[in-house]
Amino acid sequence: MARANEPFFWALFSSGGMLAALTLPALAVALWLGGPLGLFATPSHDGLAALLAHPAVRASLWLLVTLFVFHWAHRFRFTLYDGLQLYHLGPLIATICYGGAIALSGAAAWALAAG
Amino acid sequence: MSAGPPANPDYRPYQPARYQRRMPIFWWLGRLSYTKFITRELTSLGVAYAAILLVVEAAAVRRGPAAYAAFVEWLQAPWVIALHGFVLLVLLFHTVTWLDLAPKALVLRVGGRRLPDLAITVAHYLAWAAISALVFWLLVGR
Amino acid sequence: MSRDTVTLEVQRYRPEEEREPTWERFEVPVRKEWMVLDALNYVKEQLDGTLSFRWSCRMGVCGSCGMTVDGEPVLTCTTYLDSLPRDRPVRVGPLAAFPVVRDLVIDMSGFVAKLARVKPWILRQEEPPADGEYLQTPAQLADYKQYSMCINCLLCYAACPIVPLEPDFVGPAAIALAQRYNLDSRDQGNAERLDVLSQHDGVWACTFVGECSVVCPKDVDPAGAIQRYKVEATAEWFQSLLMPWRGKS
Repeated sequence: MARANEPFFWALFSSGGMLAALTLPALAVALWLGGPLGLFATPSHDGLAALLAHPAVRASLWLLVTLFVFHWAHRFRFTLYDGLQLYHLGPLIATICYGGAIALSGAAAWALAAG
Repeated sequence: MSAGPPANPDYRPYQPARYQRRMPIFWWLGRLSYTKFITRELTSLGVAYAAILLVVEAAAVRRGPAAYAAFVEWLQAPWVIALHGFVLLVLLFHTVTWLDLAPKALVLRVGGRRLPDLAITVAHYLAWAAISALVFWLLVGR
Repeated sequence: MSRDTVTLEVQRYRPEEEREPTWERFEVPVRKEWMVLDALNYVKEQLDGTLSFRWSCRMGVCGSCGMTVDGEPVLTCTTYLDSLPRDRPVRVGPLAAFPVVRDLVIDMSGFVAKLARVKPWILRQEEPPADGEYLQTPAQLADYKQYSMCINCLLCYAACPIVPLEPDFVGPAAIALAQRYNLDSRDQGNAERLDVLSQHDGVWACTFVGECSVVCPKDVDPAGAIQRYKVEATAEWFQSLLMPWRGKS
C-alpha cells in the first residue's frame, strides 16, 4: 500500500539525487570529456584497474550506481504520471521503472563482482 | 435577471452544474515555470545514462587493456563527445537545481536561530567543490 | 483605449444559460491606485450587476478574492491595475483547478474537506495544565509561525499542477497548516496527522514544482513545509521499520 512504499523509494530517490549532484559532473569530465577534449590525459587502464581491485571501491561504485538508477526510476515514474497523465497505467509504469532499476543494479553487481 | 425557461437544456434548477476545465496533455508547455520543472525532472535520464556508462566502463576495465582501449576510442568519436557534452550540461543542471532546493528540506537551528537558506546552499556548493576535487585527484591527479 | 480606461475581459459562466464559460469585455475607468477588485466592483455596480465574485476585506488578509489575472493566480484586492500591461485587455478568470460555480466564484468544498482531514487544531494526549495556560517561548513560536500565516486563499492550489492532475492530492495549504500544528510545541498530534499525510495523496503526490510558494501572498512557503515533512515522514517510516518497539513520536 502507498504508506508502506513511498518513503522507501523517496529515500532512495533523494540520496541518489544528492550523490548524483555531488559526484556526476566531476566524474563525467574526468572520465569521458577531459581526455577527448585534450584537457588532460584520459585515466589509464592500469590506474582504473588498480582502483577497481579494491572490493571496497567496487562495492561503493555498485552502491552509487544503484542509488543513481533508483533516483531515475522514482523521478521518471512521476514525470510520466504527471507529464503525460498516465495514471491509469500506474502499476505498469511502476513495474517498468523500479523493475528496470533492479535489473540495472543486478547487472552492475554482476559486472563488478569478484573475478 | 433571465426570465422564462433556461437557455441551457441540461440545466436542472437547484442542482449544481459546476464547470471543471480539463488539464491539457501538454500543460507543462503552457507556463515557463512548468516547462523549467519538467526539464529539471528529465535530468534523471542523464543520471541514468551516467550510471549505465560507469558500469560499462568498469566492465571494460576489468576485461583488460584492449577492451578499455576500445572504450576510450569510442569516447573520442565526435558524436560521442557532443553527446557527452550535452550529458554534462544535463548533469550540471541537475546539480544546480538540486543544491539550490536543498535548504527547503533542511531546516537547521543553531543556538535558537534558524540558519539562513544561503548558508545551507553555500555549504552544499562547498561540498560539491570538495568532492569534485577528490574525484579528479583519484582519477586524474595521481 | 485611453490611458484612463482599461478593458477587462472577464470569464462568465451562467450554468442556467450555457454549458461552457464565455468571455465578456467591460470598459472600466482607471482611478489612481485602483486594484483589479475595484474594477470588478465598478463593473458590478455600474455595468452588469449579475457579475458574481467573492471579496471581503479588500486588504489582502481574508483570502476571499483569489482569481486568475492574466494567467497568474493573485488576490485581486492587492493587484494594481497599473501593474498590468494595458495595451491589451486584462483577462480575469476564476481560480484554476477548482470547479466553477458561476462567473468568478469557485467551489472550495473539496479544499475544506481536505483541510478537515489534516486536523488543523491542537491535539493533546495529556490533560491541559491546571491553570489552563500552555506556556510557549518565542523560539517555540518561531518554529511554526510562518505556517500559521496561511489565509486559505487557495492561490497555491491554483498554481500547483498536481492539484488538477490528482484531485485527491491534499494540497499545499492543507499540508502547511498540518505542519503549523505539528511544529507547535503545544500540540501532540503528529502521529494522527501522519496517517493522513503519509498516504499517496498526502505529501507523496508532491513533486516539488515549487509554484505554490512562488504565488503565496503571505510567504507561507508550503513547498518547504512539504519537503520538510517528506524528510520527517521518511525518518519516521525507517524508524518504525527498524525499531518497531518504539512507539510513534
